[in-house]
Amino acid sequence: MIEIKDIFKTFGDNDVLKGISATFQTGKNNLIIGGSGSGKTTLLKCIVGLHEPTKGQVFFEDENFTEMDFEQRVPIRTQIGMLFQNSALFDSMTVEENIMFPLNLFTNQSKAEKQDRANFCLERVNLKDKNKLYPAELSGGMKKRVGIARAISMEPKFLFVDEPNSGLDPKTSILIDDLINDLTTEYQMTTVIVTHDMNSVMGIGDHIIFLHQGQKWWEGSNKDIAHTDNKELNDFVFASKFMQAAKEKL
Amino acid sequence: MFQSLGKYILLLRLSFKKPEKFSVYWAEVMREMVSVGIGSLGIISIISVFIGAATTIQVAFQLSSPLVPRSIAGSISRDSNILEFSPTISSLVLAGRVGSNFASNIGTMRVTEQIDALEIMGVNAPGYLISPKILASITMVPLLVIISICLGITGGYIACLVTGSITPADYLMGVNDGFDGLTIRVALVKAFVFGFLIASICSYQGFYTSGGALEVGQSATRGVVFSCVWILFADLMITSLML
Repeated sequence: MIEIKDIFKTFGDNDVLKGISATFQTGKNNLIIGGSGSGKTTLLKCIVGLHEPTKGQVFFEDENFTEMDFEQRVPIRTQIGMLFQNSALFDSMTVEENIMFPLNLFTNQSKAEKQDRANFCLERVNLKDKNKLYPAELSGGMKKRVGIARAISMEPKFLFVDEPNSGLDPKTSILIDDLINDLTTEYQMTTVIVTHDMNSVMGIGDHIIFLHQGQKWWEGSNKDIAHTDNKELNDFVFASKFMQAAKEKL
Repeated sequence: MFQSLGKYILLLRLSFKKPEKFSVYWAEVMREMVSVGIGSLGIISIISVFIGAATTIQVAFQLSSPLVPRSIAGSISRDSNILEFSPTISSLVLAGRVGSNFASNIGTMRVTEQIDALEIMGVNAPGYLISPKILASITMVPLLVIISICLGITGGYIACLVTGSITPADYLMGVNDGFDGLTIRVALVKAFVFGFLIASICSYQGFYTSGGALEVGQSATRGVVFSCVWILFADLMITSLML
């Protein structure tokens, strides 16, 4: 479980986050949604420690992550997997080396054990036999899957995903969503996903928080979202004619 | 300027924190050594031979008086190569070749979130990315400078053979005459300091890149320009302190 309490983040004069509190439950897909500039990615970066919040606290299983220094955070960070918007695979390494990288640094496994783990992770994301390819040789969807394989290589308790569907075709997007959903259930991870993809919201949104102008505007699940009378959320979710038509049928 | 200096010092401090796993860092040091050392051998060899040859011809031309022994051209050419041309010119070239590579490599990792990925994993990113580059530079630049000195003197000898500006025998006599080991020590100190400046300044520029491809290019350019300026300043300081 991850708990965030009263998170504020300011860049210069720009107040990006204004007191956001939420609890992200274990074994669920927790989605952070909102329009461009609403503070979704900043909130995610505050949670994982890439940005220090101006005010507020982040707790990973009751441990105050915000007050820890770099060394104290390492044991928690080894339990974190993250999939970045552009996958952030290491260009100079092969797919296998990318997946084995955290294992090389933080475990004492033998080379064979690490290779077995890399093969298992690749098989899990349906990329068997792609071990020796470099990131430049992969498609966008394959990069995302390698990113997921790397994220789960250390069997994390917490999975963070930033815009998993950006730049992907609808079919591949659904595959990635299903994969994240399956892994969350299988490993009982606390998964936090930043997205503005409505298929993801409707498909895997167990718990959703909607950000608007740096504040938490709405909280609920994908089942609640169709029946909300929150104007800003309705404007965001049902912006397209297709979604409006779908809502009318619900 | 003081803010940048503070950031630079803090980054260096982070770079030399205890590694998470020595073997992984050692592999990176070896990789960087090959990239800096073997990768730069060609260009360093070419410029060293040509500069050594040109220096010898020019010194021989300027010392054409019958009152000056012809062999003195060999001595002057040797000392010029050891003290100035090999360490300084080689390092300026290395700032362009190696420094821009360091800055653009780290800068690209920054803008494509690869550095964020390292930090999320709990890796000390400055340590993993910058310390191997600095270690590789401070070991390989002195080695390259020694090779450059040898090739520069060889270039002078070839120039004597080809142009006949002085006889090869006079040149060799001059090269052997009055050799002072201090000049080699000065050259090695310069090479060590220049290697450190190239790697640390260019890595710093790359590490604090923000934006996209355009900013990566700008960081690489800034890294090379600042490295060159600091190399020339350090050259003056070391020369005035040691000679």
